Amino acid sequence: MSSQDIPEENLPAEQGHAHGAVDVADEQNPFADPGLPPHEHRIQDIDERAAKRSERTVAFLFTLSMLATVGFIASYVTIPPDRSIFVFPIGHISALNFALGLTLGAALFCIGAGAVHWARTLMSDVEVADERHPIQASPEVRAKVFADFKEGATESALGRRKLIRNTMFGALALFPLSGVVLLRDLGPLPEDKMRHTAWSKGKLLVNMNTNQPLRASDVAVGSLTFVKPEGLEETDEEFQNEIAKAAVMIVRLQPDDIKDKQELEWSHDGIVAYSKICTHVGCPISLYEQQTHHVLCPCHQSTFDLSDGARVIFGPAGHALPQLRIGVNPEGYLEALGDFAEPVGPAFWERG
Amino acid sequence: MSTTTTTESRSRGKAPAGERIADWADGRLGIYSLAKANMRKIFPDHWSFMLGEVCLYSFLIIILTGVYLTLFFHPSMNEVVYHGSYVPLQGQLMSEAFSSTLHISFEVRGGLLIRQIHHWAALIFLAGMFVHMMRVFFTGAFRKPREINWLFGFLLFVLGMFTGFTGYSLPDDLLSGTGVRFTEGAILSMPIVGTYISFFLFGGEFPGHDFVARFYSIHILLLPGIMLGLVVGHLILVFYHKHTQFAGPGKSNKNVVGMPLLPVYMAKAGGFFFLVFGAIAAIAAIAQINPIWAIGPYRPDQVSTGAQPDWYMGFAEGLIRYMPGWEINLWGHTLVLGVFIPLVLFGVVLAALALYPFIESWITGDKREHHILDRPRNAPTRTALGVAWVTMYMITLVGGGNDLWATHFHLSINSITWFVRIFFFVGPVIAYIVTKRICLGLQRRDRDKVLHGRETGTIKRLPHGEFVEIHEPLSQEQLHTLTAHEQYQPLELGPTVDENGVERKLKGSQKLRAKISKAYFDEDSQIEKPTVDEYKEITSGHGHH
Amino acid sequence: MKKLSARRRHPLAAVVVLLLALAATGGLYAAFAPASKAQADETSQSLAIDEGKKLYAVGCASCHGTGGQGSSDGPSLVGVGAAAVDFQVGTGRMPAATSQGPQVVKKKNIYSQAQIDQLATYIASLGAGPNVPTSAQYGPEGADIAKGGELFRTNCAQCHNFTGKGGALTEGKFAPDLEGVDPKHIYEAMQTGPQNMPSFPDTTLSEQNKKDIIAYLNAVNSDETVNPGGLELGGLGPVSEGLFAWIFGLGALVAVAVWVAARTAKAKKS
Repeated sequence: MSSQDIPEENLPAEQGHAHGAVDVADEQNPFADPGLPPHEHRIQDIDERAAKRSERTVAFLFTLSMLATVGFIASYVTIPPDRSIFVFPIGHISALNFALGLTLGAALFCIGAGAVHWARTLMSDVEVADERHPIQASPEVRAKVFADFKEGATESALGRRKLIRNTMFGALALFPLSGVVLLRDLGPLPEDKMRHTAWSKGKLLVNMNTNQPLRASDVAVGSLTFVKPEGLEETDEEFQNEIAKAAVMIVRLQPDDIKDKQELEWSHDGIVAYSKICTHVGCPISLYEQQTHHVLCPCHQSTFDLSDGARVIFGPAGHALPQLRIGVNPEGYLEALGDFAEPVGPAFWERG
Repeated sequence: MSTTTTTESRSRGKAPAGERIADWADGRLGIYSLAKANMRKIFPDHWSFMLGEVCLYSFLIIILTGVYLTLFFHPSMNEVVYHGSYVPLQGQLMSEAFSSTLHISFEVRGGLLIRQIHHWAALIFLAGMFVHMMRVFFTGAFRKPREINWLFGFLLFVLGMFTGFTGYSLPDDLLSGTGVRFTEGAILSMPIVGTYISFFLFGGEFPGHDFVARFYSIHILLLPGIMLGLVVGHLILVFYHKHTQFAGPGKSNKNVVGMPLLPVYMAKAGGFFFLVFGAIAAIAAIAQINPIWAIGPYRPDQVSTGAQPDWYMGFAEGLIRYMPGWEINLWGHTLVLGVFIPLVLFGVVLAALALYPFIESWITGDKREHHILDRPRNAPTRTALGVAWVTMYMITLVGGGNDLWATHFHLSINSITWFVRIFFFVGPVIAYIVTKRICLGLQRRDRDKVLHGRETGTIKRLPHGEFVEIHEPLSQEQLHTLTAHEQYQPLELGPTVDENGVERKLKGSQKLRAKISKAYFDEDSQIEKPTVDEYKEITSGHGHH
Repeated sequence: MKKLSARRRHPLAAVVVLLLALAATGGLYAAFAPASKAQADETSQSLAIDEGKKLYAVGCASCHGTGGQGSSDGPSLVGVGAAAVDFQVGTGRMPAATSQGPQVVKKKNIYSQAQIDQLATYIASLGAGPNVPTSAQYGPEGADIAKGGELFRTNCAQCHNFTGKGGALTEGKFAPDLEGVDPKHIYEAMQTGPQNMPSFPDTTLSEQNKKDIIAYLNAVNSDETVNPGGLELGGLGPVSEGLFAWIFGLGALVAVAVWVAARTAKAKKS
């Protein structure tokens, strides 16, 4: 810091010390520090009965704490964990949690209240002043430290034997690399994993609710259905990872309402399939408003227009939801006509 | 407690057992010199000085309850079918982490209580640190020699945020999983390294099978370990520097006035630990927190509205909610500014707070120790800057909860988002101006009070018919307290030419400093405190009515 | 259901559920009796249509057109079905005071169930649509609460929150709190998709699915729901928890701190 160039005398006089030493009231200076006010007695200091009352209060609080602990143990032993009670105005709650919490709270609080009451009413309340000492060392100490350091440095010959110094620094700088290298196996490399999902050509759209393939005729205008690719089961080892990319929502619009040409091409008779994973940071976006065709993300309020290529119309998402190209197979079931054409979910550096 | 008083005769066998034990320990640990310096250490009394204790005690409570929870919690993402006692989840697939949290909540007696104490204490810990930090900021307690302790405290706040976040993610419920997904998205937005960091953190693609176990060791070992070290350092420095105090009779920059550690503060601070613990236990008995059974297990294709993080991460949530969706695609790469800018802003806004003590000391050029606290009004520019910062923080918190504001005040999410986008910039400016005005007004009032005395509210009619209010002169104690603060003068650059007529070269940084110094300390930014001469002139001139 | 009652924690829960079910069944039987009779009886059905038409002309025609064909103020009602009418009128949403504002909200219903049934019969006669569900369809018998929870989280929670406390939509619209909503109306809402809510027809969300969802809601979002930890704080998650922690948690501790640090009263100087 370049504060050297501000001379000391430019600084204001020190706080609380502007008017001479403490306790030396300056007759000439009405603002001078009058020093600590004289100590005044509390009622407990002069009236033994008041002090006794305080003592009893403190003892009462400590006794209450003991009783509360007994209550805690009794509640633990007697109340089964699945018993619920109605407590006004809280509602239906677990009897055990309520009893344990209140008894524990009371046991602790009474100890604290007793100790504080004791300190406030019975322990001395005379205010004492403690001197402060400057933290900075005196110039002599400073000089001694520097001299010692210099001596040590000279004795080590670190400055003279440059070869030792440089190789030591080199060794010290390199060895942490081992630790960094060890982190490599924390996970696989991204490669193109984020570009593929469980969808592929010919995979049926399976309704998440019924676990049955979805027919085009099942999907009504204004309805909302969530589907997963055929063959992906909840019990699969990799279900969570796959559904994190493959979750799709199906809505049906009037084909006339679809404004985007590609969306119309990739749809089937007004049925469109969009990734359910928000392109912002990956929340499952599905607050579909069937009249406006807008879909809102509950996490950060990005809003997409499903009738216009799912482009972003509000909020922090940077690009449209990826659309899944769908068709219908000869049996009337909806099927994917391929994987998503672009990575689903949040954008990343390599997305392009 | 006579056990630790130094006695001349240390003859074994004669001294009471307590003394013998103390002697034994002193011979090995040197406890007597430690006790000599600290046993009667003085602490000043003020409620705001106990905010730090709220933090310390809630931290201890979190550690105690956290250890208990580790006895039952399984940090594993293996999928299991639930067969516990909570009916609306029976037969559902969930991770072991989630199902063991259900076990703690429903089958372990008192498990729910400990979970709730742990979580409530965490929210209160963070809130306490925030308020404690504001207390230190607005009273100028961060000035020399306490800048390093300010940094320790700041680091504790930041680490507390991340410890809280990792803990909140452990049960692997639908709400916290959504938060982890958000973290993944934020990491992915980092240019060049984002995708790799994400794959290394999650052991592959999100959510993978590893993050609960990894967050667990971060949550219970790595971060709390660092925090414990910082807390110890923080406390050692508090002892070493001795506590600050407000100006008042008998209190100077060279002393500290209060009650001794033994016995008064031992009882008060020790008692306060039990008070804090008791209050939090009672809260955990009365109010439910994070009912993961109602939230359900995490699945990346499910979500609930009202998805928010705990309050201390609401700031990040707000930033990311109202940032416009900027995205740049160039040369086959994507720069996700819509997520990356909030990520950077998050760091910058917090760093501004961390660095403030150094900025202020550069502006004032003051290298002396300060142990007397400022009343916020007496540092109008600092106070105004602080309020501006808090305003920005609070506006962002509002942005982070925009959906709940919308439903509870019948507003539109879109309007709230726009309001927040604008007021993120405008709000702090307004807050700065208003706060500074208020501070100056209060300074003026103090000045009037010193010069003309306290308004008694008693109206007197003078013989010629005029009504006057009786002003009662202040006592010397009050006069001293109201005039004890120091006032800096704006930094003068001096003449632009030196005595030989040669133009002086001024560094840009010096000019900048002069400018800021002017903004801090010129006559528009502080009211000059009354001088002794002014006071004497007025009191003698007017005489007494 | 047997399993459900047995595992409910409240000892009275089974009794309460039974009473509720009885009351619901009885009440609804009374309400539905005329309608089902009408289906059996040609003449009474046409009578209901006539009555419904009269009610329609007074309460609905100004917005939905004289023949239910719709106008600029209200959509066509051809093919919306009896279920839509029962929901909209039964929850007081229709007749709406105005078509202004982000969405039409629930208010006090001014029609008797018999009148609603007549209106519904009339609208159903304009074009086929979903029928009003029977209590067997939305009653608790044979419902899988846990499956209902999973379905709720997949299909509903994104708008209505984890346990159906409601949430915000775009431009001031919102998904309402589902506590205290008649199971029949919940069923009808899923079936018909009122206002901006998408519909969940039986072809994509089966009857059994709907029953499960209703049973789940009854378990987690009713007056009888047990919140073991204590105050539910609105069931809104971390925002209300954070406010509580600040105001009552830190607030209480600051109050305690003020007491701890305050000076003890001094004895009065006399």
